[in-house]
Amino acid sequence: MKMTDIMPPGLALKKVDERIMTLNVGPQHPGSGHMRIVVQIDGDYIVACDPDPGYVHRGEEKMAEYRNYITNVPHLERPVIHDSCNVLYPYVLGAEEILGIEVPERAKYVRVICSELNRCIYTMYWLAIYGIFLGHSTMFMWPAGDRELLIDLMEKVSGARVTHAHFIPGGVRNDLPANFEDVCLRQVNYFEKRIKEYAAVFYDNPILISRTQDTGVLSRENAIRYGTTGSVLRASGVDYDLRVKAPYDVYDELDVHTNVMKEGDSYARSKVPWLDMMESCNIIRQALQKMPKSGSVRTKLKPNPKTKGPATVYKRVESGRGSLGCYIVSDGKTEPYRVKMSVPSFRNLLAMPNLLIGEKLGNMPSVYWSLNYWPVEADR
Amino acid sequence: MSSDSEKPQTEVKAEEKPTPPKPAPKPAAKVEEKPVELPAFEKGISDKLIEKFGDKVEVDFVKEDRVGIKTSKESVHDVAQFIRDDLHYDHAESVTGVDFPAENEIEVVYHLGSYTESSLARQVLTLSTRAPRESTPIPGQDSTKLPSLRDIFYSVEFGEREVFEMLGVYFDGHPDNRRLLLPEDWADLPPLRKDFAIKGR
Repeated sequence: MKMTDIMPPGLALKKVDERIMTLNVGPQHPGSGHMRIVVQIDGDYIVACDPDPGYVHRGEEKMAEYRNYITNVPHLERPVIHDSCNVLYPYVLGAEEILGIEVPERAKYVRVICSELNRCIYTMYWLAIYGIFLGHSTMFMWPAGDRELLIDLMEKVSGARVTHAHFIPGGVRNDLPANFEDVCLRQVNYFEKRIKEYAAVFYDNPILISRTQDTGVLSRENAIRYGTTGSVLRASGVDYDLRVKAPYDVYDELDVHTNVMKEGDSYARSKVPWLDMMESCNIIRQALQKMPKSGSVRTKLKPNPKTKGPATVYKRVESGRGSLGCYIVSDGKTEPYRVKMSVPSFRNLLAMPNLLIGEKLGNMPSVYWSLNYWPVEADR
Repeated sequence: MSSDSEKPQTEVKAEEKPTPPKPAPKPAAKVEEKPVELPAFEKGISDKLIEKFGDKVEVDFVKEDRVGIKTSKESVHDVAQFIRDDLHYDHAESVTGVDFPAENEIEVVYHLGSYTESSLARQVLTLSTRAPRESTPIPGQDSTKLPSLRDIFYSVEFGEREVFEMLGVYFDGHPDNRRLLLPEDWADLPPLRKDFAIKGR
Protein backbone atom coordinates (compact mmCIF):
# COMPACT_ATOMS: atom_id res chain seq x y z
CA MET A 1 0.00 0.00 0.00
CA LYS A 2 1.30 3.42 -0.97
CA MET A 3 1.29 6.41 1.32
CA THR A 4 -0.93 8.42 -1.07
CA ASP A 5 -3.69 5.80 -0.99
CA ILE A 6 -4.51 6.38 2.65
CA MET A 7 -4.19 10.20 2.59
CA PRO A 8 -7.16 12.44 1.82
CA PRO A 9 -6.87 13.73 -1.76
CA GLY A 10 -6.08 17.32 -0.76
CA LEU A 11 -3.12 16.33 1.31
CA ALA A 12 -1.57 14.00 -1.26
CA LEU A 13 1.99 14.89 -2.05
CA LYS A 14 2.14 16.88 -5.23
CA LYS A 15 4.87 17.60 -7.69
CA VAL A 16 6.56 21.00 -7.51
CA ASP A 17 4.65 22.36 -10.52
CA GLU A 18 1.33 21.43 -9.00
CA ARG A 19 2.21 23.00 -5.67
CA ILE A 20 2.78 26.46 -7.13
CA MET A 21 -0.18 28.78 -6.83
CA THR A 22 -0.69 32.07 -8.71
CA LEU A 23 -2.14 34.93 -6.69
CA ASN A 24 -3.40 38.30 -7.85
CA VAL A 25 -2.64 40.91 -5.22
CA GLY A 26 -4.68 43.94 -6.19
CA PRO A 27 -5.72 46.11 -7.91
CA GLN A 28 -8.52 46.46 -5.36
CA HIS A 29 -6.55 44.94 -2.51
CA PRO A 30 -5.85 47.34 0.37
CA GLY A 31 -2.30 46.02 0.48
CA SER A 32 -1.37 46.92 -3.07
CA GLY A 33 -2.45 50.46 -3.78
CA HIS A 34 -3.80 51.04 -7.26
CA MET A 35 -1.81 48.28 -8.86
CA ARG A 36 -1.80 44.55 -9.34
CA ILE A 37 1.07 42.33 -8.35
CA VAL A 38 0.89 38.81 -9.79
CA VAL A 39 2.84 36.50 -7.50
CA GLN A 40 3.46 32.79 -7.66
CA ILE A 41 3.92 31.12 -4.32
CA ASP A 42 5.30 27.78 -3.29
CA GLY A 43 3.88 27.30 0.18
CA ASP A 44 4.72 30.55 1.92
CA TYR A 45 7.53 31.67 -0.38
CA ILE A 46 7.27 33.89 -3.45
CA VAL A 47 8.91 32.23 -6.45
CA ALA A 48 7.85 34.67 -9.18
CA CYS A 49 6.57 38.22 -9.16
CA ASP A 50 5.23 40.35 -12.00
CA PRO A 51 4.13 43.89 -11.13
CA ASP A 52 1.30 45.14 -13.32
CA PRO A 53 0.85 48.92 -12.99
CA GLY A 54 -1.38 51.02 -15.21
CA TYR A 55 -4.73 50.99 -13.43
CA VAL A 56 -4.52 54.75 -12.81
CA HIS A 57 -2.82 55.75 -16.06
CA ARG A 58 -4.18 59.19 -17.03
CA GLY A 59 -2.09 60.09 -20.04
CA GLU A 60 -0.55 63.18 -18.41
CA GLU A 61 2.22 63.25 -21.02
CA LYS A 62 -0.26 63.23 -23.90
CA MET A 63 -2.39 65.92 -22.25
CA ALA A 64 0.68 68.14 -21.87
CA GLU A 65 1.10 68.25 -25.66
CA TYR A 66 -2.26 69.99 -26.05
CA ARG A 67 -1.84 72.77 -23.48
CA ASN A 68 0.54 75.70 -23.26
CA TYR A 69 3.31 76.09 -20.70
CA ILE A 70 1.07 77.80 -18.13
CA THR A 71 -2.08 75.69 -18.46
CA ASN A 72 -0.02 72.52 -18.05
CA VAL A 73 0.69 73.45 -14.42
CA PRO A 74 -2.50 72.31 -12.65
CA HIS A 75 -2.78 68.89 -14.29
CA LEU A 76 0.89 67.90 -14.15
CA GLU A 77 0.81 67.92 -10.34
CA ARG A 78 -2.01 65.33 -10.20
CA PRO A 79 0.16 62.19 -10.18
CA VAL A 80 1.21 62.92 -6.58
CA ILE A 81 -1.18 65.46 -5.16
CA HIS A 82 0.33 65.48 -1.67
CA ASP A 83 3.79 66.14 -3.14
CA SER A 84 2.44 68.54 -5.71
CA CYS A 85 5.15 71.20 -5.39
CA ASN A 86 7.96 68.73 -5.98
CA VAL A 87 6.26 66.97 -8.86
CA LEU A 88 5.85 70.30 -10.66
CA TYR A 89 9.31 71.59 -9.82
CA PRO A 90 11.31 70.03 -12.72
CA TYR A 91 8.63 70.94 -15.25
CA VAL A 92 8.66 74.54 -14.05
CA LEU A 93 12.48 74.72 -14.16
CA GLY A 94 12.43 73.32 -17.70
CA ALA A 95 9.67 75.66 -18.87
CA GLU A 96 11.61 78.63 -17.49
CA GLU A 97 14.64 77.67 -19.58
CA ILE A 98 12.52 77.19 -22.71
CA LEU A 99 10.61 80.46 -22.21
CA GLY A 100 13.81 82.28 -21.23
CA ILE A 101 12.62 83.87 -18.00
CA GLU A 102 14.46 84.66 -14.80
CA VAL A 103 13.09 83.94 -11.35
CA PRO A 104 13.27 86.53 -8.53
CA GLU A 105 15.51 85.61 -5.61
CA ARG A 106 12.70 85.63 -3.05
CA ALA A 107 10.63 83.24 -5.19
CA LYS A 108 13.48 80.72 -5.14
CA TYR A 109 13.43 80.69 -1.34
CA VAL A 110 9.64 80.42 -1.26
CA ARG A 111 10.00 77.42 -3.57
CA VAL A 112 12.51 75.78 -1.25
CA ILE A 113 10.20 76.23 1.74
CA CYS A 114 7.15 74.89 -0.13
CA SER A 115 9.16 72.03 -1.58
CA GLU A 116 10.42 70.93 1.85
CA LEU A 117 6.97 71.30 3.44
CA ASN A 118 5.54 69.14 0.67
CA ARG A 119 8.27 66.54 1.13
CA CYS A 120 7.22 66.22 4.78
CA ILE A 121 3.51 66.13 3.89
CA TYR A 122 4.14 63.35 1.38
CA THR A 123 6.39 61.37 3.71
CA MET A 124 3.87 61.57 6.55
CA TYR A 125 1.16 60.17 4.29
CA TRP A 126 3.48 57.42 3.13
CA LEU A 127 4.46 56.65 6.71
CA ALA A 128 0.80 56.49 7.79
CA ILE A 129 0.10 53.91 5.10
CA TYR A 130 3.25 51.98 5.99
CA GLY A 131 1.96 51.84 9.54
CA ILE A 132 -1.43 50.45 8.55
CA PHE A 133 0.18 48.01 6.09
CA LEU A 134 2.03 46.49 9.02
CA GLY A 135 -1.07 46.57 11.25
CA HIS A 136 0.26 49.38 13.43
CA SER A 137 -2.83 51.61 13.86
CA THR A 138 -1.10 54.23 16.03
CA MET A 139 1.40 54.84 13.26
CA PHE A 140 -1.52 55.46 10.93
CA MET A 141 -3.23 57.96 13.24
CA TRP A 142 -0.20 59.95 14.39
CA PRO A 143 1.32 60.88 11.01
CA ALA A 144 -2.13 61.46 9.48
CA GLY A 145 -2.84 63.92 12.31
CA ASP A 146 0.55 65.63 12.51
CA ARG A 147 0.51 66.08 8.74
CA GLU A 148 -2.29 68.62 9.26
CA LEU A 149 0.21 71.02 10.87
CA LEU A 150 2.04 71.38 7.58
CA ILE A 151 -1.08 71.20 5.42
CA ASP A 152 -2.38 74.23 7.34
CA LEU A 153 0.84 76.05 6.50
CA MET A 154 0.57 75.20 2.80
CA GLU A 155 -3.08 76.27 2.88
CA LYS A 156 -1.97 79.67 4.18
CA VAL A 157 0.57 79.92 1.35
CA SER A 158 -1.42 78.69 -1.64
CA GLY A 159 -5.06 78.61 -0.61
CA ALA A 160 -5.46 74.88 -1.30
CA ARG A 161 -4.88 72.03 1.11
CA VAL A 162 -3.24 69.53 -1.23
CA THR A 163 -3.42 70.52 -4.91
CA HIS A 164 -1.49 73.76 -4.61
CA ALA A 165 -0.50 74.49 -8.26
CA HIS A 166 1.75 77.01 -6.55
CA PHE A 167 4.89 76.76 -8.68
CA ILE A 168 4.50 78.37 -12.06
CA PRO A 169 7.06 79.28 -14.73
CA GLY A 170 8.51 82.58 -13.51
CA GLY A 171 8.26 82.00 -9.77
CA VAL A 172 5.39 81.15 -7.44
CA ARG A 173 1.75 82.12 -7.72
CA ASN A 174 1.43 84.18 -4.52
CA ASP A 175 3.72 85.77 -2.00
CA LEU A 176 3.82 84.39 1.53
CA PRO A 177 1.08 85.81 3.78
CA ALA A 178 1.91 88.35 6.47
CA ASN A 179 3.46 86.92 9.63
CA PHE A 180 4.08 83.60 7.85
CA GLU A 181 7.68 83.29 9.06
CA ASP A 182 6.71 83.20 12.75
CA VAL A 183 3.83 80.75 12.26
CA CYS A 184 5.95 78.51 10.02
CA LEU A 185 8.84 78.45 12.48
CA ARG A 186 6.53 77.59 15.36
CA GLN A 187 4.70 74.81 13.47
CA VAL A 188 7.90 73.31 12.06
CA ASN A 189 9.59 73.28 15.47
CA TYR A 190 6.62 71.54 17.01
CA PHE A 191 6.43 69.13 14.06
CA GLU A 192 10.07 68.17 14.52
CA LYS A 193 9.51 67.55 18.21
CA ARG A 194 6.52 65.35 17.35
CA ILE A 195 8.23 63.17 14.73
CA LYS A 196 11.10 62.52 17.12
CA GLU A 197 8.53 60.80 19.34
CA TYR A 198 7.87 58.28 16.55
CA ALA A 199 11.12 56.54 17.42
CA ALA A 200 9.70 55.21 20.68
CA VAL A 201 6.43 53.92 19.23
CA PHE A 202 7.58 52.80 15.77
CA TYR A 203 11.26 52.72 14.93
CA ASP A 204 12.44 51.21 18.23
CA ASN A 205 9.42 48.90 18.36
CA PRO A 206 10.66 45.27 18.52
CA ILE A 207 7.68 44.08 16.44
CA LEU A 208 8.47 46.48 13.61
CA ILE A 209 12.14 45.58 13.77
CA SER A 210 11.43 41.86 13.61
CA ARG A 211 9.11 42.33 10.63
CA THR A 212 11.35 44.61 8.60
CA GLN A 213 14.96 43.88 9.50
CA ASP A 214 16.76 41.66 6.98
CA THR A 215 13.72 41.47 4.71
CA GLY A 216 14.05 42.50 1.09
CA VAL A 217 17.76 43.29 1.29
CA LEU A 218 18.90 45.41 -1.65
CA SER A 219 22.67 45.44 -1.99
CA ARG A 220 24.58 48.56 -3.00
CA GLU A 221 25.54 47.07 -6.38
CA ASN A 222 21.96 46.10 -7.20
CA ALA A 223 20.57 49.44 -6.05
CA ILE A 224 22.83 51.11 -8.63
CA ARG A 225 22.16 48.47 -11.30
CA TYR A 226 18.38 48.75 -11.03
CA GLY A 227 18.70 52.54 -11.22
CA THR A 228 16.78 53.08 -7.97
CA THR A 229 16.64 56.53 -6.49
CA GLY A 230 15.85 58.56 -3.38
CA SER A 231 15.42 56.87 -0.03
CA VAL A 232 15.73 53.37 -1.54
CA LEU A 233 19.14 54.24 -2.93
CA ARG A 234 20.32 56.01 0.22
CA ALA A 235 19.16 53.11 2.41
CA SER A 236 21.48 50.87 0.40
CA GLY A 237 24.53 52.98 1.20
CA VAL A 238 24.81 55.24 -1.85
CA ASP A 239 25.36 58.87 -0.86
CA TYR A 240 23.33 60.58 -3.56
CA ASP A 241 20.92 63.44 -3.07
CA LEU A 242 20.35 65.93 -5.87
CA ARG A 243 19.96 68.78 -3.37
CA VAL A 244 23.64 68.25 -2.55
CA LYS A 245 25.09 66.68 -5.69
CA ALA A 246 23.40 68.86 -8.31
CA PRO A 247 21.75 71.75 -6.42
CA TYR A 248 19.01 73.66 -8.21
CA ASP A 249 17.58 77.11 -7.38
CA VAL A 250 19.09 78.15 -4.01
CA TYR A 251 19.94 74.74 -2.54
CA ASP A 252 23.64 75.48 -3.03
CA GLU A 253 23.34 78.31 -0.47
CA LEU A 254 21.81 76.02 2.14
CA ASP A 255 23.52 73.42 4.28
CA VAL A 256 21.92 70.06 3.44
CA HIS A 257 22.93 66.84 5.14
CA THR A 258 22.36 63.52 3.34
CA ASN A 259 21.06 60.61 5.41
CA VAL A 260 22.61 57.30 4.39
CA MET A 261 22.12 53.84 5.86
CA LYS A 262 24.09 50.77 4.85
CA GLU A 263 21.73 47.87 5.61
CA GLY A 264 19.51 48.09 2.52
CA ASP A 265 16.65 46.20 4.19
CA SER A 266 13.03 47.28 4.67
CA TYR A 267 13.90 48.79 8.05
CA ALA A 268 16.54 51.09 6.57
CA ARG A 269 14.21 52.05 3.72
CA SER A 270 11.49 52.96 6.21
CA LYS A 271 13.86 54.98 8.39
CA VAL A 272 15.64 57.13 5.79
CA PRO A 273 12.50 59.15 4.83
CA TRP A 274 11.90 59.81 8.53
CA LEU A 275 15.45 61.14 8.94
CA ASP A 276 14.96 63.19 5.78
CA MET A 277 11.95 64.90 7.37
CA MET A 278 14.13 66.19 10.21
CA GLU A 279 16.62 67.44 7.63
CA SER A 280 13.73 69.19 5.85
CA CYS A 281 12.91 71.03 9.10
CA ASN A 282 16.54 72.23 9.22
CA ILE A 283 16.36 73.41 5.61
CA ILE A 284 13.10 75.29 6.23
CA ARG A 285 14.64 77.10 9.22
CA GLN A 286 17.72 78.06 7.18
CA ALA A 287 15.61 79.24 4.25
CA LEU A 288 13.39 81.37 6.50
CA GLN A 289 16.50 83.04 7.89
CA LYS A 290 18.28 83.66 4.57
CA MET A 291 15.22 84.63 2.53
CA PRO A 292 15.08 88.25 1.28
CA LYS A 293 12.43 89.91 3.45
CA SER A 294 10.69 91.62 0.56
CA GLY A 295 10.64 91.71 -3.19
CA SER A 296 8.86 90.22 -6.16
CA VAL A 297 8.02 86.51 -6.23
CA ARG A 298 6.91 86.24 -9.81
CA THR A 299 8.07 87.31 -13.25
CA LYS A 300 4.88 88.19 -15.05
CA LEU A 301 4.13 86.25 -18.20
CA LYS A 302 1.57 86.74 -20.94
CA PRO A 303 -1.31 84.23 -20.92
CA ASN A 304 0.10 82.34 -23.89
CA PRO A 305 3.86 82.89 -23.61
CA LYS A 306 6.14 82.50 -26.62
CA THR A 307 9.21 80.26 -26.50
CA LYS A 308 12.72 81.21 -27.55
CA GLY A 309 12.68 78.56 -30.28
CA PRO A 310 13.24 74.81 -30.66
CA ALA A 311 15.02 73.36 -27.64
CA THR A 312 15.27 70.28 -25.42
CA VAL A 313 15.67 70.48 -21.65
CA TYR A 314 16.10 67.83 -19.00
CA LYS A 315 15.72 69.10 -15.43
CA ARG A 316 15.62 67.06 -12.26
CA VAL A 317 14.89 67.70 -8.61
CA GLU A 318 14.90 65.61 -5.43
CA SER A 319 11.27 64.85 -4.61
CA GLY A 320 9.85 63.01 -1.62
CA ARG A 321 10.56 59.71 -3.37
CA GLY A 322 13.79 60.54 -5.16
CA SER A 323 15.14 62.11 -8.29
CA LEU A 324 12.31 63.39 -10.47
CA GLY A 325 13.23 64.42 -13.99
CA CYS A 326 11.32 66.26 -16.66
CA TYR A 327 12.33 66.12 -20.31
CA ILE A 328 10.70 68.78 -22.47
CA VAL A 329 11.03 68.95 -26.24
CA SER A 330 9.96 72.26 -27.70
CA ASP A 331 9.48 72.91 -31.41
CA GLY A 332 9.06 76.66 -30.91
CA LYS A 333 5.28 76.60 -30.61
CA THR A 334 3.41 77.72 -27.51
CA GLU A 335 2.64 74.11 -26.53
CA PRO A 336 5.42 71.66 -25.68
CA TYR A 337 6.09 69.05 -28.38
CA ARG A 338 6.72 66.31 -25.84
CA VAL A 339 6.83 66.24 -22.03
CA LYS A 340 8.27 63.19 -20.32
CA MET A 341 8.18 62.78 -16.56
CA SER A 342 10.94 60.46 -15.39
CA VAL A 343 9.31 59.57 -12.08
CA PRO A 344 11.05 57.94 -9.10
CA SER A 345 8.20 55.48 -8.43
CA PHE A 346 8.58 54.05 -11.90
CA ARG A 347 12.33 53.67 -11.39
CA ASN A 348 12.00 52.02 -7.98
CA LEU A 349 9.40 49.61 -9.36
CA LEU A 350 12.13 47.63 -11.11
CA ALA A 351 13.57 46.62 -7.75
CA MET A 352 10.26 45.15 -6.57
CA PRO A 353 10.19 41.78 -8.41
CA ASN A 354 13.86 41.28 -7.65
CA LEU A 355 13.37 41.90 -3.91
CA LEU A 356 10.17 39.90 -3.52
CA ILE A 357 11.39 36.66 -5.07
CA GLY A 358 12.48 34.41 -2.22
CA GLU A 359 10.60 36.38 0.43
CA LYS A 360 7.65 35.07 2.43
CA LEU A 361 4.25 36.26 1.19
CA GLY A 362 3.63 37.80 4.61
CA ASN A 363 6.64 40.08 4.13
CA MET A 364 5.26 41.47 0.91
CA PRO A 365 3.62 44.63 2.38
CA SER A 366 6.73 45.57 4.34
CA VAL A 367 8.96 45.24 1.26
CA TYR A 368 6.53 46.73 -1.24
CA TRP A 369 5.67 49.91 0.63
CA SER A 370 9.23 50.47 1.84
CA LEU A 371 10.17 51.06 -1.83
CA ASN A 372 8.58 54.52 -1.46
CA TYR A 373 6.35 53.67 -4.36
CA TRP A 374 3.32 55.72 -5.32
CA PRO A 375 1.22 53.83 -7.92
CA VAL A 376 -0.47 56.90 -9.36
CA GLU A 377 2.87 58.55 -10.02
CA ALA A 378 4.31 55.49 -11.72
CA ASP A 379 1.35 55.34 -14.13
CA ARG A 380 1.19 59.11 -14.76
CA MET B 1 31.66 79.43 -15.16
CA SER B 2 31.86 83.13 -14.39
CA SER B 3 35.57 83.33 -15.21
CA ASP B 4 35.00 81.47 -18.50
CA SER B 5 32.24 83.77 -19.62
CA GLU B 6 34.33 86.87 -18.94
CA LYS B 7 37.18 85.85 -21.24
CA PRO B 8 35.33 86.02 -24.58
CA GLN B 9 33.99 89.45 -23.73
CA THR B 10 37.49 90.91 -23.35
CA GLU B 11 38.49 89.36 -26.67
CA VAL B 12 35.55 90.99 -28.40
CA LYS B 13 36.59 94.35 -27.03
CA ALA B 14 40.17 93.86 -28.26
CA GLU B 15 38.89 93.10 -31.75
CA GLU B 16 36.70 96.16 -31.81
CA LYS B 17 39.43 98.65 -30.95
CA PRO B 18 40.97 99.05 -34.41
CA THR B 19 37.58 99.77 -36.01
CA PRO B 20 35.63 102.02 -33.68
CA PRO B 21 33.29 103.62 -36.24
CA LYS B 22 31.73 100.30 -37.27
CA PRO B 23 29.49 98.77 -34.59
CA ALA B 24 27.78 96.48 -37.15
CA PRO B 25 30.03 93.34 -36.87
CA LYS B 26 29.48 93.15 -33.11
CA PRO B 27 26.62 90.57 -33.06
CA ALA B 28 28.34 88.44 -35.71
CA ALA B 29 31.54 88.30 -33.64
CA LYS B 30 29.58 87.21 -30.56
CA VAL B 31 27.98 84.29 -32.42
CA GLU B 32 31.43 83.07 -33.50
CA GLU B 33 32.68 83.36 -29.95
CA LYS B 34 30.07 80.95 -28.58
CA PRO B 35 31.92 77.61 -29.04
CA VAL B 36 34.73 78.90 -26.79
CA GLU B 37 32.25 79.10 -23.91
CA LEU B 38 31.58 75.33 -23.98
CA PRO B 39 32.09 73.91 -20.49
CA ALA B 40 35.42 72.08 -20.43
CA PHE B 41 34.41 68.97 -18.49
CA GLU B 42 31.36 68.25 -20.62
CA LYS B 43 33.41 68.93 -23.77
CA GLY B 44 35.87 66.28 -22.59
CA ILE B 45 33.12 63.66 -22.44
CA SER B 46 31.88 64.36 -25.95
CA ASP B 47 35.47 64.49 -27.26
CA LYS B 48 36.13 61.00 -25.90
CA LEU B 49 33.10 59.66 -27.73
CA ILE B 50 34.10 61.34 -31.01
CA GLU B 51 37.67 60.09 -30.67
CA LYS B 52 36.39 56.53 -30.29
CA PHE B 53 33.55 56.46 -32.83
CA GLY B 54 34.34 59.31 -35.27
CA ASP B 55 31.50 59.81 -37.75
CA LYS B 56 29.22 57.28 -36.10
CA VAL B 57 28.26 59.70 -33.34
CA GLU B 58 27.05 63.26 -33.64
CA VAL B 59 27.22 65.73 -30.78
CA ASP B 60 23.75 67.19 -30.36
CA PHE B 61 24.57 69.74 -27.65
CA VAL B 62 27.13 70.40 -24.94
CA LYS B 63 25.94 72.62 -22.11
CA GLU B 64 26.39 72.86 -18.38
CA ASP B 65 25.92 69.37 -16.83
CA ARG B 66 24.38 68.01 -20.01
CA VAL B 67 25.88 66.24 -23.02
CA GLY B 68 23.71 65.14 -25.93
CA ILE B 69 24.85 62.40 -28.32
CA LYS B 70 23.03 61.21 -31.42
CA THR B 71 23.84 57.95 -33.08
CA SER B 72 22.41 55.51 -35.61
CA LYS B 73 20.52 52.40 -34.60
CA GLU B 74 23.35 50.18 -35.86
CA SER B 75 25.96 51.65 -33.51
CA VAL B 76 23.81 52.55 -30.46
CA HIS B 77 24.64 49.28 -28.72
CA ASP B 78 28.43 49.77 -29.10
CA VAL B 79 28.20 53.41 -28.04
CA ALA B 80 26.22 52.45 -24.92
CA GLN B 81 28.76 49.75 -24.09
CA PHE B 82 31.57 52.33 -24.30
CA ILE B 83 29.58 54.82 -22.20
CA ARG B 84 29.16 52.24 -19.44
CA ASP B 85 32.61 50.65 -19.47
CA ASP B 86 34.89 53.61 -20.23
CA LEU B 87 32.91 56.68 -19.23
CA HIS B 88 31.46 54.99 -16.08
CA TYR B 89 27.80 55.92 -16.47
CA ASP B 90 26.01 53.17 -14.57
CA HIS B 91 22.24 53.62 -14.80
CA ALA B 92 19.49 54.99 -17.02
CA GLU B 93 17.15 57.54 -15.50
CA SER B 94 14.53 57.35 -18.19
CA VAL B 95 13.75 56.12 -21.68
CA THR B 96 11.70 58.52 -23.78
CA GLY B 97 10.15 58.08 -27.17
CA VAL B 98 9.46 61.13 -29.32
CA ASP B 99 7.44 60.86 -32.52
CA PHE B 100 8.53 62.86 -35.57
CA PRO B 101 5.95 62.12 -38.29
CA ALA B 102 7.33 64.82 -40.60
CA GLU B 103 10.73 63.11 -40.70
CA ASN B 104 9.11 59.65 -40.67
CA GLU B 105 11.16 58.66 -37.64
CA ILE B 106 10.71 57.92 -33.95
CA GLU B 107 13.44 59.08 -31.63
CA VAL B 108 14.29 57.11 -28.50
CA VAL B 109 16.21 59.07 -25.87
CA TYR B 110 18.10 57.50 -22.98
CA HIS B 111 19.03 59.76 -20.05
CA LEU B 112 22.07 58.21 -18.39
CA GLY B 113 23.57 59.10 -15.04
CA SER B 114 26.22 57.84 -12.66
CA TYR B 115 26.13 57.03 -8.95
CA THR B 116 29.59 55.49 -8.64
CA GLU B 117 31.75 58.15 -10.31
CA SER B 118 31.56 61.23 -8.09
CA SER B 119 32.74 63.65 -10.81
CA LEU B 120 29.73 62.62 -12.93
CA ALA B 121 27.14 63.16 -10.16
CA ARG B 122 25.91 66.39 -11.77
CA GLN B 123 26.00 65.04 -15.30
CA VAL B 124 23.26 63.59 -17.45
CA LEU B 125 24.25 62.08 -20.77
CA THR B 126 21.49 62.08 -23.37
CA LEU B 127 21.92 59.24 -25.84
CA SER B 128 19.41 59.36 -28.68
CA THR B 129 18.81 57.16 -31.68
CA ARG B 130 16.11 56.94 -34.29
CA ALA B 131 13.94 54.15 -35.64
CA PRO B 132 12.02 54.21 -38.93
CA ARG B 133 8.34 55.01 -38.54
CA GLU B 134 5.43 53.43 -40.37
CA SER B 135 2.16 55.23 -40.90
CA THR B 136 0.06 52.09 -40.26
CA PRO B 137 1.94 50.46 -37.39
CA ILE B 138 1.70 46.82 -36.37
CA PRO B 139 3.69 47.04 -33.12
CA GLY B 140 6.32 44.34 -32.94
CA GLN B 141 5.95 43.18 -36.54
CA ASP B 142 6.87 46.22 -38.62
CA SER B 143 10.23 47.86 -39.30
CA THR B 144 10.04 50.11 -36.20
CA LYS B 145 12.72 48.26 -34.27
CA LEU B 146 15.80 49.15 -32.25
CA PRO B 147 18.39 47.06 -30.41
CA SER B 148 17.63 46.84 -26.70
CA LEU B 149 20.13 48.28 -24.24
CA ARG B 150 18.79 46.14 -21.41
CA ASP B 151 21.89 43.87 -21.41
CA ILE B 152 24.07 46.98 -20.82
CA PHE B 153 21.84 49.10 -18.59
CA TYR B 154 19.52 46.81 -16.65
CA SER B 155 17.57 49.87 -15.48
CA VAL B 156 16.04 50.48 -18.94
CA GLU B 157 13.85 47.37 -18.66
CA PHE B 158 10.52 49.01 -17.78
CA GLY B 159 11.36 52.17 -19.72
CA GLU B 160 11.75 50.22 -22.97
CA ARG B 161 8.52 48.33 -22.29
CA GLU B 162 6.76 51.67 -21.89
CA VAL B 163 8.20 53.03 -25.16
CA PHE B 164 7.09 49.86 -26.96
CA GLU B 165 3.47 50.21 -25.90
CA MET B 166 3.27 54.00 -26.13
CA LEU B 167 5.06 54.45 -29.48
CA GLY B 168 5.28 50.99 -30.98
CA VAL B 169 9.09 50.72 -31.05
CA TYR B 170 10.04 47.06 -30.65
CA PHE B 171 13.31 46.41 -28.85
CA ASP B 172 15.27 43.47 -30.25
CA GLY B 173 16.88 41.49 -27.46
CA HIS B 174 14.56 42.71 -24.72
CA PRO B 175 13.44 39.68 -22.69
CA ASP B 176 9.95 40.95 -21.96
CA ASN B 177 8.30 43.04 -24.68
CA ARG B 178 4.86 43.03 -23.06
CA ARG B 179 2.41 45.81 -22.31
CA LEU B 180 3.04 47.62 -19.03
CA LEU B 181 0.62 50.49 -18.48
CA LEU B 182 -1.97 50.12 -21.24
CA PRO B 183 -4.83 47.61 -21.00
CA GLU B 184 -4.20 44.21 -22.56
CA ASP B 185 -6.91 44.67 -25.18
CA TRP B 186 -5.70 48.06 -26.45
CA ALA B 187 -6.18 47.86 -30.22
CA ASP B 188 -5.78 51.51 -31.27
CA LEU B 189 -2.64 53.30 -32.41
CA PRO B 190 0.20 53.57 -29.88
CA PRO B 191 -1.16 56.57 -27.93
CA LEU B 192 1.91 58.80 -27.79
CA ARG B 193 2.20 58.93 -31.57
CA LYS B 194 1.26 62.31 -32.95
CA ASP B 195 -1.53 60.91 -35.17
CA PHE B 196 -3.35 59.55 -32.11
CA ALA B 197 -5.53 62.52 -31.18
CA ILE B 198 -7.38 63.13 -27.95
CA LYS B 199 -11.13 63.29 -28.54
CA GLY B 200 -12.45 66.84 -28.77
CA ARG B 201 -9.02 68.41 -29.34
